[in-house]
Amino acid sequence: MKKKLLPFFVILIFGIIFIIFYKGLEDTNIYTPNLNVKKDIPIFNSKDFYSDKILKSSDIFESNKIYLFNIWSSWCVPCRQEHPLLMTLSLNDKINIIGLNYKDNKKNAVNFLQELGNPYKKIFIDVDGIKAIEWGAYGVPESFLIYNNKIIKKYIGPLNQNSISEIKQLIK
Amino acid sequence: MLYSTIGYYSLILGLGVSLLIIFFSVKNFQNSKTISVNILSFTFLQFFLVVVSFLSLIISFVLSDFSNETVFNNSHTTKPFFYKIAGTWGNHEGSLLLWLLVLTLFIFIFILKTKNQPIKYKLLTLIFQQIIIIGFFLFLIETSNPFNYLFPIPVEGLGLNPILQDPALAIHPPILYLGYVGSSIIFSSALAATSLNLVSKKWASHIKKWILASWVFLTLGILLGSIWAYYELGWGGFWFWDPVENVSLMPWLALTTLLHCILVLERKSILSSWVIILSIATFTLSMCGTFLVRSGILNSVHTFANDPERGLFILIFLFILIFISLFIFFFFNKNEEKISHSFFWLSKETSILINNWFMMYFLSVVLIGTVYPIFLDVITSEKISVGPPFYNKLLVPFLIPFLLMMAIGPRLKWIKSQLEDKIYLIILLIISILLAYLILKNFSQNILINTVLISSAFYLFFISLRDFFVDKLKNISQNIAHFGFSIFILSILFNNLFSSEIITNLKVGETFENSETKIVFESVNQKQETNYKSIIANFNIQNSNGEIDKFSPELRIYNQPIIVTSEADIKTTLMEDRFIVINLVQNQNFFNVRYQVKPFMLWIWLSVILISIGGLLSFLKKRS
Amino acid sequence: MNILKVFLIFFFLIHLNSVKADDQDERNQITKNLRCLVCQGQSVYDSDSEFANSLKILVKQKLNEGLSENQIYDYLKIKYGEWILYDPELNKNTYILWLLPILIFLIGGVIVFKNFFKKKKDQL
Repeated sequence: MKKKLLPFFVILIFGIIFIIFYKGLEDTNIYTPNLNVKKDIPIFNSKDFYSDKILKSSDIFESNKIYLFNIWSSWCVPCRQEHPLLMTLSLNDKINIIGLNYKDNKKNAVNFLQELGNPYKKIFIDVDGIKAIEWGAYGVPESFLIYNNKIIKKYIGPLNQNSISEIKQLIK
Repeated sequence: MLYSTIGYYSLILGLGVSLLIIFFSVKNFQNSKTISVNILSFTFLQFFLVVVSFLSLIISFVLSDFSNETVFNNSHTTKPFFYKIAGTWGNHEGSLLLWLLVLTLFIFIFILKTKNQPIKYKLLTLIFQQIIIIGFFLFLIETSNPFNYLFPIPVEGLGLNPILQDPALAIHPPILYLGYVGSSIIFSSALAATSLNLVSKKWASHIKKWILASWVFLTLGILLGSIWAYYELGWGGFWFWDPVENVSLMPWLALTTLLHCILVLERKSILSSWVIILSIATFTLSMCGTFLVRSGILNSVHTFANDPERGLFILIFLFILIFISLFIFFFFNKNEEKISHSFFWLSKETSILINNWFMMYFLSVVLIGTVYPIFLDVITSEKISVGPPFYNKLLVPFLIPFLLMMAIGPRLKWIKSQLEDKIYLIILLIISILLAYLILKNFSQNILINTVLISSAFYLFFISLRDFFVDKLKNISQNIAHFGFSIFILSILFNNLFSSEIITNLKVGETFENSETKIVFESVNQKQETNYKSIIANFNIQNSNGEIDKFSPELRIYNQPIIVTSEADIKTTLMEDRFIVINLVQNQNFFNVRYQVKPFMLWIWLSVILISIGGLLSFLKKRS
Repeated sequence: MNILKVFLIFFFLIHLNSVKADDQDERNQITKNLRCLVCQGQSVYDSDSEFANSLKILVKQKLNEGLSENQIYDYLKIKYGEWILYDPELNKNTYILWLLPILIFLIGGVIVFKNFFKKKKDQL
């Protein structure tokens, strides 16, 4: 009896392995952290882009207001792509765009904003990339939609038309 | 254009020849006095056609014929001649064609060289092998055709990823494939022998040659990959427990187990079912590896072009092979009663059985560690990473009894034995422990486990060293391999424990100094080559003995495709490697400099070569 | 001659102790156990991406603030998920991962030892 069951058991196990590998093929293998977790925004202090004074995050982000926190840098090519979208979005008065200038050279960053416009209400400076890590970001650009001091939605990589209309939907 | 056509139609014809071979084999099978000449010539013809196909791909690469999609994707006119050729198998399509080439070559050699075995067995092995070959033909033609046309013809190719432009990596795939494909012969042969109930001492000593040959190639193939990773990929690491590396280690573990097990079967006709399972497992694991790597189901440092369609094809093919072998195994294998054949607890069989037990454990750790994240992701959508700490925790403690067993096991005789020279064994053990303690006495972390580990490695080292003098040439191949393994473990341990590293940021002209080392960043110069521009940093490094050496690590900016790589400068001596590498930091005017002193690095490579030499000697040895 | 070489090596080995552990060791230890999200096959230690470089600085900073190794892991786990740790902790997701190999080892042991007892029965 035992001898007869063994083959079926082994075949069953391999069958299950097949199904799992088959399902596994459908998923992407690139890991992205969960995009929809509602988290409190981190509290941090950093230099202000223009005045070099220390800015407190708690002074900038008021509860009951909507913010888009955008990590950018002048050396990052996709940032250049999404910048016009940020410019249009900045015209919308329901939302304030706050920037985090990531590992950048001040002069280049100023030129970048002069060339393409400045959509940001305030810009923090992140010299060594640590502030971005506090936010759970790992690249540039990344954007966070914030309401009530909570992250509602996270965008990894450049914003596009779809994400902009999604944001507009959300802030209505 | 012309060569692509030739190559493509050779493949189609080769597939057709497969069917002819199967047809004649089946016909011959019913009337099996001699092997029909047709079969031999068709097997050769098939090999010849694949050679033609492979050569036409090489020629397309050499001529930079960008009407061929594979060439366009992976080559460039400015690429050095050597890498135009090596680039042929540096990509998915070409490497599969290479695989097919080795498959057809090996089955031809098998048919030609196998003597003193029943004709039916040879024919059946050929049929099973042709099933595998057909699978690969279909895979190539359907999903990975190396001869796709491009129109309009591009003027310039996309280039080969510069980190792949490397001599070690140029010969790594062919060597590794010789190992993988050798295991396919073992697979087909084991299935044939099971179906015909031929699993015997005679079969064992015949297939042992194939096992040894595949094992030597696989060992050297993994070694080459590892050496490449050491100087090209990272920061002086040579094994990252990356899925792609694990995937080559798994067939190696199975093959090593099989290698030991076949010795028992060769002497005593026991464990035959187990030998069959291992023979099947080795090739299945090779194929499973191909699936995991090529389908992109796992992510890894080693980037391959991924395509789910290809993954699906290999997956189905893999499981067809698994189910065929399961069916044959359960249906035909009638050898079980022989297993209950007697074992005496102190005998060579027992020690090999224990070796098998540990090897299977090591294999299961690597296998589970590699595929578990896929399973978890599919079942629960949770994503985790399984990395070096997992493998270290589960493997390292088990190495201790394994090493001790490896030292004592070969000293035991077949069937029943007494331990001779007990005093020697004990004295050497004490010496090993003392030595390990002396070396580690000032060391703070994990002193206990490291001492025990190093003691047991020393023990194996001393015992196999002594055997060279006492036993002379009685079992030299085994002894060399075990001796090599003890050096391998010792060098890895010392390398891990005693490596030191300095990470700092330096501008040109600056100096870093601590109590041991003084690093002076002398200058930077630039050099223009045909396919890259390089920034060479010149350092003078003074060690604690006051000796000064010049180091010149490079940053290379390749033009096609545009990729920046950093080339380490490594000074290798018998006792230590000194390794320096630089990197640019975004928007800063300094370089990130890493300098490492890694003792016994060379010995890791040498010991693996020594282990392979053991296998090679055993392969060459005529059985008395 | 061979013996002399062996002794030279041992002499060298015993002198290896002079290598001192510096404060970078703990940081390296931690960054080796973190997986880089940018080049996803590499550890943060091995990787050279902007993210990995920043994370190295961050780990050093956290260590200076007095956080323990595990606290740093927890901190990063909250930010990036369990995926970032190369050393999966034992929880309901990973029981099988950690225990299955051990179970296989035990079963293997039972099979191997059963052979010895079989023999003993034959003798009786």
